[in-house]
Amino acid sequence: MNGARFTRLAEQDRQTVTFFVNGQAIEALEGDTLLVAILAAKDHVRQSEFGDGNRAGFCLMGSCQDCWVTSESGERIKACSTRIVAEMRIVTETVNLK
Amino acid sequence: MNAPKVVVVGSGPAGTRCAETLALAGLRPIVIDENSNNGGQIYRRQPENFVRTYSQLYGSESDKAAAVHSDFDSIRDKIDYRSDTLAWAVSENTLFAAERGRSVEIPFDALVLCTGASERVMPTLGWNYAGNYSLGGAQIALKSQGCAIGSNIVFMGTGPLLYLVASQYIKAGANVAAVLDTSTVWDSLAALPKLLAMPSMLWTGLGLIKTIRAARVPIVHGVQPLEITGSGDAGVNAVTYRDKRGHAHTLECDAVALGYHLRSETQLADLAGCAFSFDRRSRQWIADIDDKSRGAANVYMAGDGARIRGADAAEVSGRLTALTLLLDLGYAVDEKEIKRLRSLHARYERFANGVTRAFPWPIEHVRNLPNDAIVCRCEAVSVGELRDASRGKQADEINRAKAFSRVGMGRCQGRFCGIAAAEIIADATQTPLAEVGRIRSQAPVRPLPIAVEQ
Ligand SMILES: Cc1cc2nc3c(=O)[nH]c(=O)nc-3n(C[C@H](O)[C@@H](O)[C@H](O)COP(=O)(O)OP(=O)(O)OC[C@H]3O[C@@H](n4cnc5c(N)ncnc54)[C@H](O)[C@@H]3O)c2cc1C
Ligand code: FES
Repeated sequence: MNGARFTRLAEQDRQTVTFFVNGQAIEALEGDTLLVAILAAKDHVRQSEFGDGNRAGFCLMGSCQDCWVTSESGERIKACSTRIVAEMRIVTETVNLK
Repeated sequence: MNAPKVVVVGSGPAGTRCAETLALAGLRPIVIDENSNNGGQIYRRQPENFVRTYSQLYGSESDKAAAVHSDFDSIRDKIDYRSDTLAWAVSENTLFAAERGRSVEIPFDALVLCTGASERVMPTLGWNYAGNYSLGGAQIALKSQGCAIGSNIVFMGTGPLLYLVASQYIKAGANVAAVLDTSTVWDSLAALPKLLAMPSMLWTGLGLIKTIRAARVPIVHGVQPLEITGSGDAGVNAVTYRDKRGHAHTLECDAVALGYHLRSETQLADLAGCAFSFDRRSRQWIADIDDKSRGAANVYMAGDGARIRGADAAEVSGRLTALTLLLDLGYAVDEKEIKRLRSLHARYERFANGVTRAFPWPIEHVRNLPNDAIVCRCEAVSVGELRDASRGKQADEINRAKAFSRVGMGRCQGRFCGIAAAEIIADATQTPLAEVGRIRSQAPVRPLPIAVEQ
């Protein structure tokens, strides 16, 4: 897994929140969306179902549907429109079924 | 008689002013927004635990942002506001919504759609790599999350948001590699007479360019985007473009913000039975609206969801629509105020037409896209596949081409590829663009979370 895609420029004095991506503990900041929380640590949130590589969202406003991730319990979550909650457990490495 | 039931979808500038006007007249409108907070796109609010000031967040528009927010707060007890609620279908005087995981049916006597706009995007070879974002997406990362979409960013496309978001990134301390605009200096000059309808807005626009230049970030006009290079694994690593003299240039970067002005969000209007016409100026389909802002019998439209006119016009249009609706419902309304708002709106309209002229949709670039570029990111359909499907099957109508190629069948319902796809089909089949048509909207207008209880 490569490094962070997003760069934090402001609002960094927030409480940290720990959550899990593919079993690995990651620190996010309270108020992050799930998409930002993941991309502040990693460079993608899912793989394209069509084999054209990793995806990391596109519109951030809930329209493009490119940021769906799956929770460990199998629930599908739109990462850009979901607020991070401590202890969330996310998988980004399975191929999303439509 | 019971008070009429009015539902307003959207709490941006248009929805806010509409709801306020209805509430002050004694109605209690239901206001629905899928966002957790009011404000819409331009006046999007940051999470409660963030501390940036209005002027840091909204720059020259901070007073307007503060007014829209506080006026909304002041009518909270006079409206039935439902945040985190997605309106996903309309039929027979009923709006279907998903309210925090619960499915609800909301009957209405009148519906006002203030659904705003989303980005119009031109595909580019490599725009499917991770690290490509819509300009609006790039702005949301910064405005509502305090983040940049990368550490070295190219802004490419055209339209006011290109300059606005680039300058916001620069002010926030991000590293911007360049601003690449497909429009030419001539386009801006040709638009000048109309832009002068709103000198203060023109001035604000020039200020953005000054900010970008002062940071020594190059602005290149008249470019043709050639390729966003990178890999499926690591995402974007550079942008290649051709300048107006025909020379190719490559700029390294790890993120690209893309956008070519805006398109109205019209899916709900389509489902509510509004008719649409092809608008030659913007090369887009827009809802037919009568002089009472009505798209169908009891369906009203306001703001950028009706016509792309910008945020100030959206406030005026929200008020105006509410007043004409009140008139239709038999309420006494100050007709002088309607007149005043109409003439103010006409000035914004003139300015907006200037913006459309200054930042044209780059028709030739779209039509010349290489076959291996992806046109539909959802279904990874290439331009070549779309050309083959439309030529081979004689699918010169977009819904037919969609069935054969899967373009626009994906989860975004063609929001981000439909306009470019129509242009490519028109070119491949030598059909006038207006005859290619538009992708029919389907419910749900956005995929519902699976957990929604029926
Ligand atoms: C991403 C983006 C960023 C922009 N940023 C700027 C900017 O910084 N400056 C500027 O001058 N202009 C900006 N614009 C242009 C912008 O559209 C403004 O002109 C202005 O926000 C328009 O106001 P509005 O009320 O018509 O729509 P909006 O402000 O877009 O508000 C529409 C509201 O409707 C809600 N909505 C839409 N569909 C549904 C649905 N089905 N169910 C529930 N709720 C729904 C949305 O969540 C949103 O809150 C931006 C546009 C976009 C797309
Ligand atoms: S990034 Fe587009 S829906 Fe989440």
